[in-house]
Amino acid sequence: MTDRALAVVRAGALTTVQDLGRPGHAHLGVPRSGALDAPAAALVNRLVGNAPEAAVLETTLVGCAVRPRSAVTVAVGGAPCRVTVDGRPAAWGAPVRVPAGALLDIGAAICGVRSYVAVSGGITVEPVLGSRSTDLLSGLGPPPLTDGTVLPLGRPTRPHARVDVAPQPAPPTELVLRVTLGPRDDWFTPEAVRVLTSRPYSVSPASNRIGLRTDGPALERALTRELPSEGVVLGAVQVPPDGQPVVFLADHPTTGGYPVIAVVRTADLAAAAQAAPGTPIRFVAVRRR
Amino acid sequence: MRALPVGDDALLVEVSSGEEAQALHAELLRRRAQGSLAVREIVPAARTVLLDGLADPARLASELTTSEVPPAPPRARAVVELPVRYDGPDLAEVAAHWGVLPHEVAEIHANTEFSVAFCGFAPGFGYLTGLPPRYDVPRRATPRTAVPAGAVALAGPYTGVYPRSSPGGWQLIGTTDAVLWDHTRVPAALLSPGTRVRFVPVGRS
Repeated sequence: MTDRALAVVRAGALTTVQDLGRPGHAHLGVPRSGALDAPAAALVNRLVGNAPEAAVLETTLVGCAVRPRSAVTVAVGGAPCRVTVDGRPAAWGAPVRVPAGALLDIGAAICGVRSYVAVSGGITVEPVLGSRSTDLLSGLGPPPLTDGTVLPLGRPTRPHARVDVAPQPAPPTELVLRVTLGPRDDWFTPEAVRVLTSRPYSVSPASNRIGLRTDGPALERALTRELPSEGVVLGAVQVPPDGQPVVFLADHPTTGGYPVIAVVRTADLAAAAQAAPGTPIRFVAVRRR
Repeated sequence: MRALPVGDDALLVEVSSGEEAQALHAELLRRRAQGSLAVREIVPAARTVLLDGLADPARLASELTTSEVPPAPPRARAVVELPVRYDGPDLAEVAAHWGVLPHEVAEIHANTEFSVAFCGFAPGFGYLTGLPPRYDVPRRATPRTAVPAGAVALAGPYTGVYPRSSPGGWQLIGTTDAVLWDHTRVPAALLSPGTRVRFVPVGRS
């Protein structure tokens, strides 16, 4: 048995394995998946000397605890949280050495939603269609972690980064989402388009990896007929019959039958991944580049 | 044909029929294979084809809307045969919609050649067209919380087969043992856009 492994002691509310996802299979109904806060996942990989495509852990609100069977370098980023090794405080946002058998505890998010944990060598569960990401919509990839899960680790190939603390954006106190209108803004009343881009919304507690759900004024349709299913992109702002816009995140369905009024700039989706329930949202219309 | 910009790097090309969408999809796949179209995803659907991950969507939009799309090439691909037992719990309801007897639903369905118009809903779930419009059926008023894997089902103009157990509102007319999705198999999906399909009745066991 290999000692390059990580035993899960406390799985937390929802901790999943994530990498860059599995784009390129949307025509088969396969969501892209992958880390919701992609820049945070990329940063922690860089900090431990992993390649960008190495798989990391993505926690949700309450963190998790793991015990490596051999000495590893880890880095925790994304949502700020308390990090301890065998109970002793360790750095967040920097490489941390964890001895074999020590307990690495990633505490609850102080702010934000999702912390990312990179381990030197990466998590090497069996890839599915080229990716190790857990996809909560379709069930592809490894299931969410449970207490007692043992995850295989790869061999480190490069030394970790020589930094004290890497700067990371703070989770948003107000989530500003730049949107380009369309493709189906003409299915809504002009008033609905004004409402979306001028009135306050907030992050609904029903949000998940599939979509950022919102609370706020309902958007009224100009065309009430049924929209034949069509392909949808990451960041699409889809409006279901209740009129509350949903921003599609990484595990979004590949086709949908509700009109997409606007699309959020990809660069703004990392902040969306860190916006806790109740965070105010402002949709700002921008011109297409 | 209309090409609607989607975000900064995608295009939703809308046509007026399912046949046109399939022809456009075939043409776009041809261009990509040829090397003249660089794009991350080509996602056909009922009346549209989505192109995601384009360097210059505006240029492609003007080019597409001013060029002729050749009709879909003759389908060279082999027909995938799906063994089916027409034993679904909604067979009588579908028969009533069609104005035929339940066993005639099976005959009509098994005598139709289908093709996969597009996929979605779940990995490996194909939306199959081929039945004439008079056989369109509504979705069930109340969706089932669990439809078993292998269920052969109808909704609107489409036939679909559930790759795995999931909630669903389609009308169930039969069952197949075919494995629609297996991620350890290459290709993982038995059905992909453009695949021709026939349902072959098997005897009751």
